[in-house]
Amino acid sequence: MLNYVIRRVLYAIPILIGVNLITFALFFVVNTPDDMARIHLGAKHVTPEAIERWKVEHGYDRPLLFNQEAEGTGKLTETLFVNKSLALFALDFGLADDGRDIAREIGTRMWPSLAIALPTFLVGLAVYISFALTLVFFRATYLDLTGVVLSVVLMSISGLFYIIGGQYLLGKLWHLVPVSGYAPGWGMFKFLILPIAVGVVSGLGDSSRFYRTLFLEEIHKDYVRTARAKGLSERVVLFRHVLGNAMIPILTGAVVVIPRLFLGSLIVESFFGIPGLGSYTIEAIQAQDFAIVRSMVFLGSVLYIVGLLLTDLSYTLVDPRVRLE
Amino acid sequence: MRPWPVPVFLLILAALLAACGGPANNPHPAGQAGGRILFSAFESRPKHLDPARSYSENEVVFTGQIYEPPLQYHYLKRPYELEPLTAESMPKVTYHGADGGVLPDNAATEAIAFTTYEIRIKPSIRYQPHPALATDAAGKPRYFPISPRELVDIDDFQDFTATGSRELTAEDYVYQIKRLANPRLNSPIFGLMGEYIVGLREYGKQLEKEAAALPKDAYLDLDRYPLEGARVVDRYTYRIRIRGKYPQFVYWLAMPFFAPVPAEAERFYTQPGMSEKNFTLDWQPVGTGPFYLAVNDPNRQMVLRRNPNYHPDAYPTGGDPGDADEGLLADAGKPLPLLDEAVYVLEKEDIPYWTKFLQGYYDTSGISSDTFDQAIRLGPDGQPDLTPDMGERGIELSTAVRTSLWYVGFNMLDPDIGGTGERARLIRQAVSIALNYEQFISIFLNGRGIPAQGPLPPGIYGYREGEAGINPAVYRWENNRPVRRGLDEAKALLARAGYPNGRDAATGKPLTLYFDTMASGPDAKSRLDWYRKQIGALGVQLIIRDTDYNRFQDKMLKGNAQIFEWGWNADYPDPENFLFLLYGPNRKVEKNGENAANYANPEFDRLFLQMKDMPNGPARQAVIDRMVEIVRHDAPWVFAFYQKSFGLRHGWVKNGKPNLMANNTLKYRRVEPAARHAYQARWNRPVWWPLALMAAALAALVVPATLAYRRHLRATARGA
Repeated sequence: MLNYVIRRVLYAIPILIGVNLITFALFFVVNTPDDMARIHLGAKHVTPEAIERWKVEHGYDRPLLFNQEAEGTGKLTETLFVNKSLALFALDFGLADDGRDIAREIGTRMWPSLAIALPTFLVGLAVYISFALTLVFFRATYLDLTGVVLSVVLMSISGLFYIIGGQYLLGKLWHLVPVSGYAPGWGMFKFLILPIAVGVVSGLGDSSRFYRTLFLEEIHKDYVRTARAKGLSERVVLFRHVLGNAMIPILTGAVVVIPRLFLGSLIVESFFGIPGLGSYTIEAIQAQDFAIVRSMVFLGSVLYIVGLLLTDLSYTLVDPRVRLE
Repeated sequence: MRPWPVPVFLLILAALLAACGGPANNPHPAGQAGGRILFSAFESRPKHLDPARSYSENEVVFTGQIYEPPLQYHYLKRPYELEPLTAESMPKVTYHGADGGVLPDNAATEAIAFTTYEIRIKPSIRYQPHPALATDAAGKPRYFPISPRELVDIDDFQDFTATGSRELTAEDYVYQIKRLANPRLNSPIFGLMGEYIVGLREYGKQLEKEAAALPKDAYLDLDRYPLEGARVVDRYTYRIRIRGKYPQFVYWLAMPFFAPVPAEAERFYTQPGMSEKNFTLDWQPVGTGPFYLAVNDPNRQMVLRRNPNYHPDAYPTGGDPGDADEGLLADAGKPLPLLDEAVYVLEKEDIPYWTKFLQGYYDTSGISSDTFDQAIRLGPDGQPDLTPDMGERGIELSTAVRTSLWYVGFNMLDPDIGGTGERARLIRQAVSIALNYEQFISIFLNGRGIPAQGPLPPGIYGYREGEAGINPAVYRWENNRPVRRGLDEAKALLARAGYPNGRDAATGKPLTLYFDTMASGPDAKSRLDWYRKQIGALGVQLIIRDTDYNRFQDKMLKGNAQIFEWGWNADYPDPENFLFLLYGPNRKVEKNGENAANYANPEFDRLFLQMKDMPNGPARQAVIDRMVEIVRHDAPWVFAFYQKSFGLRHGWVKNGKPNLMANNTLKYRRVEPAARHAYQARWNRPVWWPLALMAAALAALVVPATLAYRRHLRATARGA
């Protein structure tokens, strides 16, 4: 397995270089360093000298990909791409264009994102699986039908509606929780209830339907019949045998999501005033802060690769037949 | 599958929420509502808090309260009036000839080679407590130098346990002026000030060389080089010398750009390891103002707290007529600031902001277009008033015309609609009539604007009210009010230009104009459709060329745009700050100036040079009148509208007179905490029954399901 892990880590290097190159190309197709300088220097009294000074100060005065004036390998290394990208592989994110330390900002903002995303994920997973198993237990009855219709209805509603509706009912009408906001420490509790509840309810429809389909595939198999024949209770049959055997597709969907929980949600964080990484990314895009954008894309890619690797490794835990060579 | 967990969970949840203290939906820590604290919000995080760099409105909200330039605007008087802040009196202005000799006050502008501003500051003003100013028992700086090992344990700015202060000196003001030239700071006004302050540009070049020879993070010692245009006279006096005569310079002395910065702070922050922890002057300011930045978490909230070292300062004892009747002089003579703290919470979305304002958790709010109808009703004469619901809540409305201008510009370099030719001028005037800004203001601004008659907004010297102030090319005066000229007149102008019914009289081809904009999205679409429709009424086709911000800026710089929207917010309340937008040498193309229309009229340019140095008075008014007349005739802009700002505040917030020029208005604000506390409790009584209902509904679902499950378990294979 170690060989497999090493091989996957090595595969990650060209993937990350590619992601970096694409991000770089896409960003600089839309924005020139002059554009970035203009955005950062504001709308008034911006002189060409100020633009040049800003570029020199932030290292955007070099050619993008090929430095004709340099000699030898400098033609490739003394470029914006290499200069801005190489340090990322050592997880040195550097400074944002407004001078703030990006790693520190990520370290600070990661926790509010996790505080929302992790409970939403865990509570959601438990609720969706339980709900789907309940529907499977009552399959082909009016309860199953009602559950499926409810799921379809929930799926059809926009995520934004849940947020605004939740804020209206729980925050504005019933005065039970703050409409939005965040506080560090234990003070965060009252701010988390609403976004977590909204996150769980908004995902109930599609996740439950997905899991219900998986469980229905399993419920008619021989090992289930055998388990029942052994006299096991329906709870054990469903939660141990059916759930256990449906774990591979569940893990495929779930484990890969875990690393991405760090990156936060753009809409939820914005509406609930959560100072997480989702809002950090969107602010950076709006401000054309390439340093943050490339760091977040790079981090997202790394986490995604880690997520996929963890997913593969988790297969060996739930299915002894899987061997990673 | 037991039926009790969900209801029990909801009950525990309710108990926990109830235990939080105060209303369950209170986003602020319990007990704060009873303090002399103002609660407000900010929509985007400030980028810079360094007074040499900060220029945006959302930054000045903070820097304006922390840093103190020598002058300030009187809080209540209108028109806006400068008065001393840290200065003992208004600057002493002396004119000098080319030989350095002193000239009389009435010397001709051409004879004046330099102007000196001598400023004497009040003694005994002290900085806020700050670690950069902390000293040990021997009087040496406590944190300079700081060892990397000691810095490891300091993660938060509050971890610097020792703080200190010292007296403000003239040296600190001179140091800040030098900082404007620091190439690492890239001050937005360096270019402009380099043209005026003697030696500043050269000083910047010298620093640039110096900085290039140093490691990127090394301390750049500004005191190694003197700056000719900014000199210390004595401990409390300094002089600024500028080239020529620039009477508007005095307004810059009321902006944070000219606030003092102690050199110790810069040395402190430039130490190794500081910037990695975001300990920079751009992030952790140090000033003498009424407040200091106690919490700097722009991702969540910023807290300004009363500066314990704040110098004696008092609420104004006089203002405009009517101010006393409105209770604005109730605190006259009281020591400032009237608040202990101001909490600003990041609110990016309008809906949560508005909801929390209505719940009493924010003391002030703007009015977004989504909430306008809920807050404001317009009277038959267009006069805004609060809706009954707002009135019942004791909410108060403040309105003020902003010292800003929106216009639609014509690129005067464009071969079709630019230039000084009569044909193009008639087309521009026809478009000016066709764009009905009364309608625009009603549809898109909810009435929050005044149709513009010229380049000067109300409140700026030179603006004329009534019949004398209308733009005769677009309006006529009827029934004691300006009435927009009809489309038939616009069409007649087009016909005179050679486009009867919008078609070229010679070729029969329709006239096509191009509108360049960076607006996009559904909101912009309706606005752009409006433009198309308005111009279409002339029989002229308007093609929208929308693009992103960067491409739009590029087009403007290269002169490739034809018609465009633009706006200007005044730096200071002087006509020069608006009329320079039409001064030829300030054109955007080639000169990169603020004259976006690239307008050039020799007479206007000559009058501008004359007007900018004149004192306010009949002679200056006459020159301004002529300049306004010229641009109304030439029509390089469609004068669109002057924006009105609407602000709401709860009845417990006092002294809320809008002052759109002053940056340091927080110190005048007062809250009545007892009233706020009572209202918050009344407006936010928790409604628990829906939770009980939800628990019952869940139980109603779970119990039959559990019974069915148990029945299933008990059933035999035969029974099943």
